[in-house]
Amino acid sequence: MEGCAQEGQVKLLGVDYSPFVVRVRIALSLKGIHYEFIEEDIQNKSELLLQSNPVHKKIPVLIHNGKPVCESMIIVQYIEEAWDNKAPNLMPKDPYDRAIARFWAAFIDDKLLPSTLRTFKGQGEEQQKAVEESVANLLLLEEVLQSTGKAYFGGDEIGLVDIALGGLLVTIQTVEKVTNIVLTDTQKMPLLCAWADKFCKAHKVKEALPDRAKFFELMSARRAKLTSPPAGNLKGGG
Amino acid sequence: MAMEAYGQVKLLGAGWSPFVLRVRVALALKCIEYEFVEENLKTKSELLLKSNPVHKKIPVLIHNGNPVCESMIIVQYMEEAWGNKAPNLMPKDPYDRAIARFWAAFIDDKLVPCIRGVFMVQGEQQQKAVQLLVANFLVLEEALRTNPCFSGKLYFGGEDIGFVDIALGGLSAFVKALEKVTNSVLIDEEKMPLLSAWMDRFCEADGVKEVMPDPAMLREFISARIVRFTSPPAAN
Repeated sequence: MEGCAQEGQVKLLGVDYSPFVVRVRIALSLKGIHYEFIEEDIQNKSELLLQSNPVHKKIPVLIHNGKPVCESMIIVQYIEEAWDNKAPNLMPKDPYDRAIARFWAAFIDDKLLPSTLRTFKGQGEEQQKAVEESVANLLLLEEVLQSTGKAYFGGDEIGLVDIALGGLLVTIQTVEKVTNIVLTDTQKMPLLCAWADKFCKAHKVKEALPDRAKFFELMSARRAKLTSPPAGNLKGGG
Repeated sequence: MAMEAYGQVKLLGAGWSPFVLRVRVALALKCIEYEFVEENLKTKSELLLKSNPVHKKIPVLIHNGNPVCESMIIVQYMEEAWGNKAPNLMPKDPYDRAIARFWAAFIDDKLVPCIRGVFMVQGEQQQKAVQLLVANFLVLEEALRTNPCFSGKLYFGGEDIGFVDIALGGLSAFVKALEKVTNSVLIDEEKMPLLSAWMDRFCEADGVKEVMPDPAMLREFISARIVRFTSPPAAN
């Protein structure tokens, strides 16, 4: 049988505040996989990063026994499949449940993440629109929890969608603090707020989350730059 | 090996859609019988709105009453639900699967928005969109040439059509029609010999050629919409 308990050599190229990197760190932590974290300087990317992700030149990159895997949710699925004998399982077994999990992970990347970023970067009417979209997107996720009645999107345990959203959690909460806008209203989204609370405190998750104070400082500085004329042209990290 | 009944399969879609074509190719390759329900996007059916309430988009695969949305998620679902039905559309090895997903994501995240760009603007802006699209096709050409997973093989999937081939191939008819309508060259045989050859091979493959949309219908569809997008006030 292939895949014994040996992990092989695992490296993760990233920055600790990136939600995409956080996702991968959560998955590695849950699976108990030891790895070397290589902190990248986004303004001065390493040879290893450029070589490992020549197409996008972005983090995170997981390098397993010298072979690079790119794109956070692709990395998470890779971790699940390469170490499928290692509990916990991050994906459901049933093909339909897997399709649903992938759907919501894609929704988070294609809809929630962009609207959150627009909330952070926007001003005035543009920002208002982004806030409305973000709230609508979060409400759809609230509905998912309502319909399943489970603590996590993955059911009783953390799964793919929890990791997809969980990686973004500190980002969303920091955007709220920096812009002084509530996206996750406990009255409108009680289940989602309870989920966020439970997730952040979960064993093996909290160690993977970024330093909130440091991240708040970073985001405040970026926001200040964006909102002071002339507006800086800001490239997002990652 | 036991013959498994694959259940009731419906596909909600439209003949012009490259995303729907991806799913039709996968269904054809797996020899899955299904009912095709042609949707008119101006008057979406109750079934579509109920099956994809979040995006209200096609394609939607409904398997035994359960809807699956998003073309490449549908293809993965088909591979997993009908894993015993040859051919396999995804590699077995986790690393190869990650590579396949990477390139499918590249096609969706980089190529598709560029195609939309070419489609929705005119003049100088369209020229820019064409340039960006060509640059992204060149990345794929380079991948075919130098990536050890793909180089020297007939398809991105190896000797047979696989996940990445379906992701890209679904777009092929649309891209060809777009070239004709906009009078531009997107896949230049000289600059992209491997990609060109791949496209010919894909479009002629058994299972694929039978589901390819009528090129004249596609050209008409694109012409009508391009006119609509570029006449004021600009349609969203």
